[in-house]
Amino acid sequence: MATFFGEVLSVYSRAVEEDDDDDLTQNEEDEQIRREIEEKRSVRVQWMSQTDTRSVSCSHLIIAVGLNATGFTSAYVLSCGGWSAVGWVSLWNERSHSSSRTDSAPVPGQPACVLYQQEHNPSVMMCVCTCYVAEDQLFQWAEKVLGCVQKRALTVTVLSDCVLAEYKASDYLSGNSTPFLRALKTATYTGAVACPLLEQPNIITGLSAAVLSHCQVHQIPAVVYQCYSDVTHPDSVTMETYKAALTGLSAAVKMNRCPTSEILQKFTRVSEVQSNLYT
Amino acid sequence: MFISTGSGDPSFKGFTLIMPAVSVGNVGQLALDLIISTLNMPKVGYLHTDCLIPMAGNNPYATSAEDASQLSTNAEVYSHSDLKLVVLQIRTPIIQTKVRSFRKSLVSWIKSCGLVKTVLLSSSHAYQRDDRQLLGTSLRYLLTPSLQKVEGQRVEELGWREMERISVFPDIPDSEQRLYIPGGGVTKALYTDCCTEDISMAVALIFCSEGDNIADAFMLINHLNDWLRLLEKPTQGSVQWRVPPSWSLLFGSGIPPLIF
Repeated sequence: MATFFGEVLSVYSRAVEEDDDDDLTQNEEDEQIRREIEEKRSVRVQWMSQTDTRSVSCSHLIIAVGLNATGFTSAYVLSCGGWSAVGWVSLWNERSHSSSRTDSAPVPGQPACVLYQQEHNPSVMMCVCTCYVAEDQLFQWAEKVLGCVQKRALTVTVLSDCVLAEYKASDYLSGNSTPFLRALKTATYTGAVACPLLEQPNIITGLSAAVLSHCQVHQIPAVVYQCYSDVTHPDSVTMETYKAALTGLSAAVKMNRCPTSEILQKFTRVSEVQSNLYT
Repeated sequence: MFISTGSGDPSFKGFTLIMPAVSVGNVGQLALDLIISTLNMPKVGYLHTDCLIPMAGNNPYATSAEDASQLSTNAEVYSHSDLKLVVLQIRTPIIQTKVRSFRKSLVSWIKSCGLVKTVLLSSSHAYQRDDRQLLGTSLRYLLTPSLQKVEGQRVEELGWREMERISVFPDIPDSEQRLYIPGGGVTKALYTDCCTEDISMAVALIFCSEGDNIADAFMLINHLNDWLRLLEKPTQGSVQWRVPPSWSLLFGSGIPPLIF
C-alpha cells in the first residue's frame, strides 16, 4: 500500500494461510534455535547505576514514540535541563544497526529507548523511544518498562506520531486542520484530556497501543495523545502540537514553550527532495 | 490469560463460547461484532496475551456519547448470562511465531471454563473450492467427536453440510483424505487440538473472498442463529442484527471535494 509518493507501507493481508509446517517434526535443534532467537529478541530494561534495580517509585511516566514526539520531548522538555538519563531499554530486531544485542548504554544520536528521571523530582520519569520495536516485542516492552515502576499513584502519558492517511473521517479533512491531536484513555484515567477523543472507527496500533492496553488491563490511569500529521519527517509545527498534551502536567514537567531555532534545528529535518523521477 | 474487568472472575460454567478465527475476509470477527452489538453484551474481561498484535480504540459498539469513550483492546470477552453465552472477540492477527502458543493457551482456557460447547466462526478461500463445493450452499460445519454425539442429529435436521475432506494426492484414487481449510487461519489446527483434547467444539465456516464481507458475515450469523437460537426469527423477514458504529468507513475516509 502506498501512502505518500514513493513511500510503501507493508500492510498485512487479511487472508491468512494455513500453517502446515508448524506441526511437522520439531526436533531438539529446531527448539534450540527457536529459544535462541527468542532470547536474542527479548526486551530488557537496564539501569545506568547498578544500585536500584527494584521497582522505581514513579508518579508520572511520559513515553514518547515517533520522530515528532521524541523531537518534541527533546526540544521542549529535556532542553530545559534537570533531567538525567537513568536507564535504557535494550532490544534487538532486524532493523537494529548491530548484528546482535549490545548491553552497553546507547550512544547519543543512535536509535534507542532511553529512560530519563527528573533530578529535583525523581518520581517523574520520561522514556524517549527512537528505535524500532518489532510487533512481537511490543507486549514485552510494555510489560518490562511498566513493570519496573511502581503502579501505585502512577499516571502514564504517551505521545505518539501517526500519518494523516490513517485517520478516517466521513468528511474529508482540509490541509488547514493538520496536524492535530486525538486522545485515548483508560477507564481509570480521571484527569483532563487536552483534545477530543479518538472517534470510531479509528484505532491505534504499535507501542502506544501496547502500553495503553497494558494500563487498561492493570487499571493504571493512562492517556495516549496521537498526533496526526501529513509530514513524514520531524517537523517543528507537528512538534508544537504536542504542547497541549503536556500543559496539564505543567506542575510536574517544566516545558520550554518557545525553544530557540538552534534547539529546534537539532531535531527537525527539512524535507529534501533527494531524487525523484524528474531529476 | 483471562483478566476480569471487575473484581473476581466470572463463572462460565455451562455456557456456550463463540469465538472467531482470524481468517479470510475476517468474517468470523464481523459476525461476532453483530452478536455483541445486537445483544448488547457487557464486557467481562480481557484476553491479555503476547500472542496478538496490540491495538486499542474507543468502544466499537457505542450506543451513545456516554459509552463511546470506553477503551477497547485487541481481545475481549463479553458475556450474556440469560442466554448462557460468552463471546471472545479477537481484533488483530496472531503473531506468526506465537501461533502454537496461542492455540495452547486458548485450549487450556476453554478447558478451565467448564463450557458446554465452543463454536468457532471461520471462513475459507472461495477460490480453493473443488468441484463438489462449487455447488449449493457456501456454508459448512465441523463437529468434534464429543459434540457430534450431542448435536449431530440436530445439525443434520437443519440440513447443514459437513466440510468435505480432500485427497492428499488429488489425482490418485483412494489416497488418504485430510481436512483442508485454506485461509482459515488457526481453524484446522484448533479443531484438531479440540478433537485430541476431547473438547466439544463446532466450527461454522463460509467460503468467501476478500472484499466487502459484510454480506458473508450476515449469512454466517443467520446460519448460526438457526442452530443456537440466539435471537428469535420473525415470521416475516430476517433477524434484525444491529450494525455497530465501528463498521463505518470500512473502505476509507470521505471523498475529497478537490478531486471534482
